[in-house]
Amino acid sequence: MSQIPLTHILFLSTALFFIGVYGLLTRRNMITMLMAIELILNSVNINFIAFNKYLYPEKLNGIFFSIFIITIAAAEAAVAIAIIINLYRSHHSVDAEDASELKY
Amino acid sequence: MSASVIIFYIIAAFILVTAILSVTTVKIFRSAIWLLFSLIGVAALYFWMNVPFIASVQIIVYVGGIVVLIIFSIFLTQKAGDAMPKPVRSRAIWSALAVIFGIAFTCNIIKQYKFIEPGNKNFDVHINDIGIQMLSTTDYGFVLPFEVVSILLLAAMVGCIVIAMKNKTEQK
Repeated sequence: MSQIPLTHILFLSTALFFIGVYGLLTRRNMITMLMAIELILNSVNINFIAFNKYLYPEKLNGIFFSIFIITIAAAEAAVAIAIIINLYRSHHSVDAEDASELKY
Repeated sequence: MSASVIIFYIIAAFILVTAILSVTTVKIFRSAIWLLFSLIGVAALYFWMNVPFIASVQIIVYVGGIVVLIIFSIFLTQKAGDAMPKPVRSRAIWSALAVIFGIAFTCNIIKQYKFIEPGNKNFDVHINDIGIQMLSTTDYGFVLPFEVVSILLLAAMVGCIVIAMKNKTEQK
């Protein structure tokens, strides 16, 4: 079971995190940016579970952190989608470049 | 090379390939479906790491909740079959360079760090323990964050209703 070293799981979560960052940097559609943020949060959860499993197998703290992160991600996605739908109602677009009233 | 090792690399490749497709496809609905597969891959990784409770929470909340919400908002806001405009080429190149640098930098640090793993202790999580520690008020109990998160969910729910509500006085 533990033949996979911890570092390989960390490599996986690092790659997933930076894929999310790439999506966040290149996409300009707000819904796809939200999806990139979900990828980033997932990579953090993988890290917490892996540290819990490999370094502190007698405790449960990493599992609790993941549960709370998942909860907060759900709340964040709901609020973000409410904002996106409201923005679409007023601007008829969900592109981040079109909502620039507060920029200057 | 046991079966467990091979399964880990298959899951890892699945997660990464679907995640890359999710951030690079030009059709937004396909992007959401690739995200769905990537989240299912993460849930499979949790099963592999012997935490079935987190895996089931992942499937229920992410796959069943958030992705469905995202697909709803895609259908509410735009035509799902249309191709999105491609990112500006210079921005894509610079982002890719920054990301590759970030991956190399972080992996280098991880490779050099010596993790001290404890001996052969089994990691088996019982849902009973999770529930007892979650609601325990003694030391190392998580009842305070639990309550705070419940308030947060309530606030988020009220906030969503307020944000998405139509303002009737303006329409008159």
